[in-house]
Amino acid sequence: MRQITIREALREALREEMLRDKTVFILGEDVGQYWHGAFGVTKGLAEEFGDERVRDTPISESAIIGTATGAAITGMRPVAEIMFGDLSALAMDQIANQAAKLRYMFGGQTKVPLVIRMPFGAGVNIAAHHSQSLEAWFMHAPGLWVAVASTPYDAKGLLKTAIRGDNPVMFFEHKLLYPVKGAVPEEEFTVPFGVAEVKREGEDVTIVATLYMVHKALAAAEELAKQGISAEVVDPRTLVPLDKQAIINSVKKTGRLVIVTEDCKTAGVSAEIAAIVAEEALDYLDAPIRRVAEPDTPIPFSPPLEQFVLPNEKSIVKAVREIVS
Amino acid sequence: MVEMYQKMLEIRYFEEKVFELYGQNLVPGTIHLYAGQEAVAVGVCANLRKDDYITSTHRGHGHCIAKGGQLGKIMAEILGKKTGYCKGKGGSMHIADFSLGMLGATAVVGAGIPIAAGAGLSIKLRGTSQVVACFFGEGASNQGTFHEGINVASVWTLPVVFVCENNLYAMGTRQSRVMAVENVADRAVAYGIPGAVVDGNDVIAVYEAAHEAVKRAREGKGPTLIECKTYRHKGHSRVDPATYRPKEEVEEWLKKDPIPRFKKKLLEQKVLTETVANKIEKDAIAAVEGAVKFALESPYPAPEEALEDVYA
Repeated sequence: MRQITIREALREALREEMLRDKTVFILGEDVGQYWHGAFGVTKGLAEEFGDERVRDTPISESAIIGTATGAAITGMRPVAEIMFGDLSALAMDQIANQAAKLRYMFGGQTKVPLVIRMPFGAGVNIAAHHSQSLEAWFMHAPGLWVAVASTPYDAKGLLKTAIRGDNPVMFFEHKLLYPVKGAVPEEEFTVPFGVAEVKREGEDVTIVATLYMVHKALAAAEELAKQGISAEVVDPRTLVPLDKQAIINSVKKTGRLVIVTEDCKTAGVSAEIAAIVAEEALDYLDAPIRRVAEPDTPIPFSPPLEQFVLPNEKSIVKAVREIVS
Repeated sequence: MVEMYQKMLEIRYFEEKVFELYGQNLVPGTIHLYAGQEAVAVGVCANLRKDDYITSTHRGHGHCIAKGGQLGKIMAEILGKKTGYCKGKGGSMHIADFSLGMLGATAVVGAGIPIAAGAGLSIKLRGTSQVVACFFGEGASNQGTFHEGINVASVWTLPVVFVCENNLYAMGTRQSRVMAVENVADRAVAYGIPGAVVDGNDVIAVYEAAHEAVKRAREGKGPTLIECKTYRHKGHSRVDPATYRPKEEVEEWLKKDPIPRFKKKLLEQKVLTETVANKIEKDAIAAVEGAVKFALESPYPAPEEALEDVYA
């Protein structure tokens, strides 16, 4: 099968959905023909579909999400890009109070088919305003869906599902994953929300990881195998809805759980997953749950500082070794 | 004209009734009454087609009535009943009727402005001749969303009429304490769009200003900012006696009550006779009474309905 990057996979999804449905349009800062988005995802789209459907906006995050929401409740399917996930804070009212809640507040009279794409994540030395992992913020706003693709296949399939769906979706794109290649079929396909995937099967420990950390977890599993430990890597692929059963099933099989996410540990993605397993599958655990996450600091700039706070292969191996004897 | 008078009366009687029901502990939560500002919603909405859109605010009952909303469904929503517009999930501050293009009231001050611009963008991309009227107060004009929303509406030439209802007070804060300019409409200059100040208690003045703005929007010439100078008769919300407003000021504005003013004009111009006026008044009272009866007799939603409508 052909190998393409996540960047290309996302671009294909956007292009195919724009060809399929003329209500789909893109808006964001510098997504058009002069820049193609800060990470080049929309390359060629303004040239193909025109400036009206691939719309450059002012630096006005509230207006980007607000206009996208207004368009979504009146018959369009906007795909908004927030240049860096950190900047979603500027649009937080429009995301969490408006887009997320309009359907509910209005008793189901409307739907909000809106996708908010957000390049995000640390590891490229751009400090605290351009590196955060904010998935948990949006998991805490009922009405939003949260997608966390880690491979080109998932990125394309989930983005297509997001665009075709009728709920607002926060679509997280880790900036270190854009050049990562993987197998993606030429044929049409989608990936459903709420269905996790076991990225590597194993017997001794379950590692639940998301986004860039899936790749770190897979590398750690490789190392653990050399040490005689068989790790299963589960990628939820969407955090809302969350495939609890897949996580619980894996824990039932292995009896041990390590959760690896790049976001802050406190009240983060890993906290939610740990709580679910503690509530619903405690009896299957043979050891305490371990979490490998960011230690509740802003993301620092200097390379040694930044690397220190990010989970990596070594810290994952260490956490696993703590609970697998 | 007579129809506008009728709508204004309906809003007035409706709000008086809501006030009364609140006093009887029949209204959960809080209420923000539109009484005194009727000329704005009615004067603007009289220019709109059924398929045109409006966005509304926490003080929104009047907007929905003016757009053609059903009194019974509004009242039922205010009382938290299953038969309300939002099945009891929204209440007084979140009335919506999507079948009438009433895109809902948002209770975050200023949040409706970019949403209205987005409905305008949708119209432009779909290529229809609809327009959007976006209601907000002078307090909202100090939010960043005012700047961001009107700026994109202008730069993208969107068919939106921004209607600022300047009732002088944002809760207890008088405009002059938080704004360095006297007129919100003066800010239109910053966006390169027309700005107009009108007497918001004169429904004909509002109608005419909105007429021009709606025409401009429908012709694809972009947005307008209309500022309607008006006054709320009651406090900010039900618990507010509005003691921060000087007595003389309140008296002065009560003399400018839009409803008797309009009635006087209609009688003088012989558009209306006393007999017809009496009938309109009686009908409006009856319509509101009917709405109250419907709302009171309606059931509450089943508690577990709280779990529905989160996702489509």
